[in-house]
Amino acid sequence: MATFQRHRAFPWLLLLPQLAIVAIFFFWPAFQALRRSFYVQDAFGLGERFVGLSNYVAVLTSALWQQALVNTLLFSASVALGAMSIALLLATLADRVLRGAKGYRTLLIWPYAVAPAAAGVLWLFLFDPSLGIISRALGSLGIHWNQRLNGGQAMLLVIIASVWQQMSYNFIFFLAGLQSIPASLLESAAIDGAGPWRRFWTITFPLLSPTTFFLLVMNTIYAFFETFGTIDTTTGGGPNNATTTLVYKIYQDGIVGLDLGGSSAQSVILMVLVGLLTLIQFRYVERRVQYY
Amino acid sequence: MRYRRPGLDVATHVILIIGALIFMLPVLLALMASTHTLPSLLSGGLALLPGSEGLDHYIQLLTQPAGGVAVPTWRLMLNSLIMALGIAVGKLTISIIAAYAIVFFRFRFRMLCFWLIFVTLMLPVEVRIVPTYGVVADLGLLNSYPGLILPLIASATATFLFRQFFLTLPPELLEAARLDGAGPWRFFRDILLPLSKTNMAALFVIMFIYGWNQYLWPLLAASDADYATLVMSLRRLTIAQDGVPPWQLATTMTVLALLPPVAVIVLMQRWFVKGLVDSEK
Repeated sequence: MATFQRHRAFPWLLLLPQLAIVAIFFFWPAFQALRRSFYVQDAFGLGERFVGLSNYVAVLTSALWQQALVNTLLFSASVALGAMSIALLLATLADRVLRGAKGYRTLLIWPYAVAPAAAGVLWLFLFDPSLGIISRALGSLGIHWNQRLNGGQAMLLVIIASVWQQMSYNFIFFLAGLQSIPASLLESAAIDGAGPWRRFWTITFPLLSPTTFFLLVMNTIYAFFETFGTIDTTTGGGPNNATTTLVYKIYQDGIVGLDLGGSSAQSVILMVLVGLLTLIQFRYVERRVQYY
Repeated sequence: MRYRRPGLDVATHVILIIGALIFMLPVLLALMASTHTLPSLLSGGLALLPGSEGLDHYIQLLTQPAGGVAVPTWRLMLNSLIMALGIAVGKLTISIIAAYAIVFFRFRFRMLCFWLIFVTLMLPVEVRIVPTYGVVADLGLLNSYPGLILPLIASATATFLFRQFFLTLPPELLEAARLDGAGPWRFFRDILLPLSKTNMAALFVIMFIYGWNQYLWPLLAASDADYATLVMSLRRLTIAQDGVPPWQLATTMTVLALLPPVAVIVLMQRWFVKGLVDSEK
């Protein structure tokens, strides 16, 4: 790429706003999280004491943190599996349709625009123990639904609301992936006598694998972070911490409980987890660039 | 070209229509419930059709405070709009000029700058929420629009996308502009900006929706009702009074909260899909 070379100050002027915002609102807080994770604050926030790794030890050995970890893994695996399989089914069908594919796309992608918190309220209404349409239907089948008392049901509610919201995101990517598969491949397979089922599993699905892997990472990140609103509006992490995820616990301990050292250590652990995820994703992106 | 079976085509349409209906159901039911009174919702009949209240709850919420929310909903919507526009416009502006500097100029520490910005791709604001709150409080920006907006534009997604786009432009473009005597500012304004229009529209849609839908950050940064946003206030109406939350109002507010971003997506679908697929690659 040709470049301007004689202008010394101008590029810095252009970069200044972004660098300043990133420095103040990204690097400074991230550094503080790292620093605080090695200290213990006294009750009045006046003094602090260096404690080495003991915040980390306390977090990693805490039964509540371990439960939050298990909740997060269970939650994100369920959301990824549910949202991706429904999206793949619907995208495959929409890809088959010759007329009206655009219309179906419009009908299926708008939940992406609904705030996670709003999605939580919508589903909370449907499952309201006294007047929700679904809880009533379940009641007439003899299933007593109350997510305020039953931890498993609370988790299920959060999963359903998140799957509903995240499906549209996956649908967009699967449809784009399906439309980029060369028709000639599927045609020649059809001429060789492969039925739709066989064509899907031997040609379409393997060719979609980069998209699938990318979506797996994105769904995990979504379930880890963006579902805070869904959880807070539906269950508030309860009952009995049954729906407390790692991010929800950082908020509870740091903002509600004012345990700065402990919540900072949790933040750092989470940053490392996400960093690893992103790293995996970039390695895969590189590989994809080589093959295509 | 495809080798289809007519029966399969019918089944395809049927499943797609059922799927679309299931996905619409929660919003349709909320829309219906918002036109009923609470006793009518409680009385057992499923609120599948519009009720007796019409748009009364919408007018009530938009004009008066309700539940635990101290300001009328029009005020919440205004704050949400300011926050969403601020995030979309702010992020686009700082990103496009930063990407321009990184791609079209040679200077010391250029790659260092790129990496400093690039690292921010990895960590959403939720992870560093507690220290970010501290920084914004120290700067005296709690309960202000800059405080709501700035921490959420400290990420590199848009810079990265513009950089990728600029790298695909032919180098002759810059050489021709320079031969014609255009300086860096003219080149940016007369050539680069017009070429980036589609990318800007796409990113604008994504960022607007991202900004409008924020929950945790405004919840912390806007404790003062004058700066509260619509999405962060939803929860206040789902708190039970006498055993049942005021669902007729909670559903009304939820419909108001989801209508603007859904309208943006449906109306600007082409740019939205492009923006999403491009920016996440």
